[in-house]
Amino acid sequence: MAEVKLTVNGKRVTRHVPDETLLVEFLREELRLTGTHVGCDTSQCGACTVHVDGMAVKSCTMLAASASGSEVTTIEGLANGGLHPMQKAFNDNHGLQCGFCTPGMIMTAVDMVRRYKASGERLDEEAIRHELEGNICRCTGYHNIVKSIQQAAGEM
Amino acid sequence: MYATTYHRPSSVEEAARLLSGEAKILAGGQTLLPAMKLHLAGPSDLVDIRRIGALKGIKADRSAVTIGAATTHFEVASSPDIRKAIPALATLAGWIGDPAVRHVGTIGGSIANNDPAADYPAGLLGLGATVVTNQREIAADDFFTGLFSTALEDGEIITAVRFPVPKRAGYEKLRHPASRFALVGVMVAETAGGVRVAVTGSGSDGVFRATELEAALAKSFTASALAGITIATDRLMSDIHGDAAYRANAIRVIAQRAVGSAK
Amino acid sequence: MNDAVGIGARVKRKEDRRFIIGSGRYTDDIRHDNQAYAAFVRSPHAHAKVVGIDASAAEASEGVVAVLTGRQLVDDKIGNLICGWAITSRDGTPMKMGPWSALATDRVRYVGDAVVAVIADTPALARRAAEKVVVEYEELPAVVSATRALEPGAPQVHDLAPGNLIFDWVIGDEAATDAGLRQAAHVTEMRITNNRLSPNAMEPRSALAVYDPAEGHYTLYTTSQNPHVARLVLSAFYNVAPENKLRVVAPDVGGGFGSKIYIYPEEITCLWASMKTGRSVKWTADRSEAFMTDAHGRDHDTVARMGFDKDGRITGFRVDTVANLGAYMSLFSSCVPTYLYATLLSGQYDIGNIFCNVKAVYTNTVPVDAYRGAGRPEACYVIERMMETAAREMNMNPAELRRRNFITQFPHQTPVIMNYDTGGFGAGLDAALRAADVASFPARKAEAARRGKLRGIGYSCYIEACGIAPSAAVGSLGAGVGLWESAEVRVNPVGTIEVFTGSHSHGQGHETTFAQIIAGRFGLPMENISIIHGDTDRVQFGMGTYGSRSGAVGMSAIVKAMDKVEAKVKKIAAHALEAAEDDIVVEGGAVKVAGTDRQMLWHEVSLAAYTGHNLPAGMEPGLKEDSFYDPVNFTFPAGTYIAEVEVDPDTGVTEVVRFTAADDFGTLINPMIVEGQVHGGIAQGIGQALLENVVYSENGQLMTGSYMDYAMPRADHVPSYTIEHTTTPCPGNPLGIKGCGEAGAIGSPPAVINAITDAIGNNDLQMPATPPVVWAAIRAAARPAAAA
Repeated sequence: MAEVKLTVNGKRVTRHVPDETLLVEFLREELRLTGTHVGCDTSQCGACTVHVDGMAVKSCTMLAASASGSEVTTIEGLANGGLHPMQKAFNDNHGLQCGFCTPGMIMTAVDMVRRYKASGERLDEEAIRHELEGNICRCTGYHNIVKSIQQAAGEM
Repeated sequence: MYATTYHRPSSVEEAARLLSGEAKILAGGQTLLPAMKLHLAGPSDLVDIRRIGALKGIKADRSAVTIGAATTHFEVASSPDIRKAIPALATLAGWIGDPAVRHVGTIGGSIANNDPAADYPAGLLGLGATVVTNQREIAADDFFTGLFSTALEDGEIITAVRFPVPKRAGYEKLRHPASRFALVGVMVAETAGGVRVAVTGSGSDGVFRATELEAALAKSFTASALAGITIATDRLMSDIHGDAAYRANAIRVIAQRAVGSAK
Repeated sequence: MNDAVGIGARVKRKEDRRFIIGSGRYTDDIRHDNQAYAAFVRSPHAHAKVVGIDASAAEASEGVVAVLTGRQLVDDKIGNLICGWAITSRDGTPMKMGPWSALATDRVRYVGDAVVAVIADTPALARRAAEKVVVEYEELPAVVSATRALEPGAPQVHDLAPGNLIFDWVIGDEAATDAGLRQAAHVTEMRITNNRLSPNAMEPRSALAVYDPAEGHYTLYTTSQNPHVARLVLSAFYNVAPENKLRVVAPDVGGGFGSKIYIYPEEITCLWASMKTGRSVKWTADRSEAFMTDAHGRDHDTVARMGFDKDGRITGFRVDTVANLGAYMSLFSSCVPTYLYATLLSGQYDIGNIFCNVKAVYTNTVPVDAYRGAGRPEACYVIERMMETAAREMNMNPAELRRRNFITQFPHQTPVIMNYDTGGFGAGLDAALRAADVASFPARKAEAARRGKLRGIGYSCYIEACGIAPSAAVGSLGAGVGLWESAEVRVNPVGTIEVFTGSHSHGQGHETTFAQIIAGRFGLPMENISIIHGDTDRVQFGMGTYGSRSGAVGMSAIVKAMDKVEAKVKKIAAHALEAAEDDIVVEGGAVKVAGTDRQMLWHEVSLAAYTGHNLPAGMEPGLKEDSFYDPVNFTFPAGTYIAEVEVDPDTGVTEVVRFTAADDFGTLINPMIVEGQVHGGIAQGIGQALLENVVYSENGQLMTGSYMDYAMPRADHVPSYTIEHTTTPCPGNPLGIKGCGEAGAIGSPPAVINAITDAIGNNDLQMPATPPVVWAAIRAAARPAAAA
């Protein structure tokens, strides 16, 4: 068993779990943070995207033990009770339908906007579409997801 | 997944001691963990080297860029030093996987795995890089030995990759629409030791140097120099995503574009 | 009326909040005490006899609760899976439905066919134990291509279906059609394949079965588009439990696209296992299992001939299709390539003679059933590729050829059952031509050529049929169920409203749109209205959501129930206000005597209904009405789609650079949501046209079993879309709705392919048009020119 110590959404947690426990399993089953989803088994779909030490990662492709010592933010902790501009933008622009890919999309989108703001590069539609390559949505055809990110990028 | 035992050594030496039997290095895990989930791999132990300080970081001078084995694709893609010294290498790293994968996946992990469609093997081979391990240095020409196989011995750990700075180099890639790996990826470089062209995604035995393209570019490092060249199909793979004839044509086309974008 | 939220308003979705903060509640999020997990041992062979099963090592494995086999399942009298729509062959014989046990007993027929279920304390332990089950197989030859399966000597998938033929079905007048083709001045003939797709809802299928031994009662939480149908079938055919002892809950469901209509072996097994083990049993597919077991879509191989007179008018249309239904007949598999396909072959055109023959075939592949569009995309693809190709062959403008053949008078009876009630096809074409700025296409093509790209434009004028109905009609065509919908509108004493609907939302936004029609009509705030669906214990009955039926049928049921509520409200108010019932109007949240200032507020009327202190003589207290709505006809959404592509001639890489849709969906309740449905459908259509393809090897191994090999459309594969609407309200239902859920997936594939064939100058191109396929087609087109 591995001792996993994390700061998740600002709260310190310590759990003993089998060494092979994935971070997404740890979040969903140990912490019951079920907003992070599993949509594939090959690190393609991005439904499990969370932030580890401030960067978007696929929580289905990281061991909880390997993340130990890190700060993790999930969709539940993005705005502490209110709505992050990205969450609001997804609602404003009908950027979600079934909602399953949405937490991963939002976590990816927040990471994307932060990185582009930090580097000073321009986040235009083409860049947004390219940056979304690790997140699959089957419902929206991406049109309104792109619009949502454009809106939030102006507000973040 | 099968049960495993996780280790987080603090030095390369400690990591090497832990590597015995069915133990595997966990470098970024972006390929290994999916394989474990599918029960295609079941290492007894995982030796996580991601946080070993000696394996991290980028050093650049006028003649070479040295990248620690545990450096992520994101760090390479966004490094001002690499963007300046070898922009094609930064471009290559920025096209691996997707942003979340690039935040975790590492250069050492990528080349140790030597996936026949991975980008880095073309980068190392095309730029004439040297793989530095805890035991020795291995030229890229000797490092990649076939599909998913390398010259690494049991217990040997990649510590860094050293890239000589080329006169100019370009990397272009025809992406596999599903996996985002290379259907055809070509690194062309004009180096002190001559022109090098390395191709990934297409070789039935993994990454390879396209000598017919190198010969043409040695005469004239221009896209038009490649116009009439036919790539032999016998060493190319055919699969549901493209047959050897398609890949042969695409290698020439992508190589031409890499020459065009070389700087 | 409340225009801000009523019909036509772009109201933001009420349901979004829980999804954007991570509080959605999907099946896999639910956990019960005492929960165990199922893992399935699946056939690695496409076709084999099961000779023996040795479960001893698995039974001894850590954490194992039970190892269950097909033999035990049969002993417990769990029934075979069935197909619920009977099709009769041209010779009068019934379709040949092969036996399908939830766990195979003696034979496996596709890679992934479930053989053994292992129940253990954790998913990992179940999976590790499942690998220890030793199944001895005797391999049999396999067949994966439907055309090959019909050939003499092909491996036999089911003993009761000689030659693998499930049915040989016809529609239309063969002699008249062939005569029409003989008289034609020009005949276009094409071989057209419709590629096999995997639906890929992002939420994998999941089931959690809970058995209460004290009551003999089961609860099934599952990823279903139609929980009541699931309960009906589980009860009536699979003998899991009688309906009054079985509750089916479909909580938040992460997309369906058809794949979650059916009842699969895993749900049956989990229910049965929960009774056998006394544990709650959960199973959640991983993506690999989804590829291996979720019903696939499409997979047609068609030869079509269309004749034209010298003016370009269609004289006859003959279609011969072989449809691959996979290893077993899934729940609605038989109606997809027949009544949902051939009945739409008239398209938007006035065609006197149509004949279609469909041979449905067993192969050693995953069962095939409805996937977004279900039969209609296949029909549209055949018609619209034929029209575009014919126009080129006859040197006519493809838009003009279509216009010349458009149906302009309604109602219009086609020769293939359908009676189109209304439409405006010319207006749709005009709207699309305008929005796509087709007039400046030559300039865009020239500009692309300067960049070394081949630019092409392609059209598609689609029609589809939604709201499959009326029940008596579908019954006469073989359906095993009625296709009505039910609703209950419950006005609470304080005036808030709960609507219980048999429709199910798995992304469609019903919690918003259904509330809009009530809020708008009664002038009530949206937050006072709750939409409840997806639980057989809460909603009395329902047929679920598929075939774009939730608006045309589901909302109509709500309207009918609202009519009854309003009638009662008026009676109560008229009585209390001492006015004539005919003078009462309901608006702005009040119940008023028209032309006076006398009124009761909405909640005062509802409270009066429940206090019962002052009701008209003989009236029952309460304010709750229900409705079972059975439509009078199908609805017929239609429109024109125009795609523009750019092809890289050196690599065959194709980019859809512009996409314009002009749809006639009748009345739009919420245009924002309607457009979202169209966006998603178009992306799936572009996916079919350019990227997606299920591939089996010759011996039946699935080659595209993950997102590493099955190319899903991603954000950088598709453009932003231009969406236009024209409107001819549907005369057949109270709101004038036609349905919008599938149009995008139906209309877009031929538009994209027609654009590519235009760009490369070669009409011979099959889907998916991947770079190697397009590159080869460019080379094939260049060959004769080079020779000349």
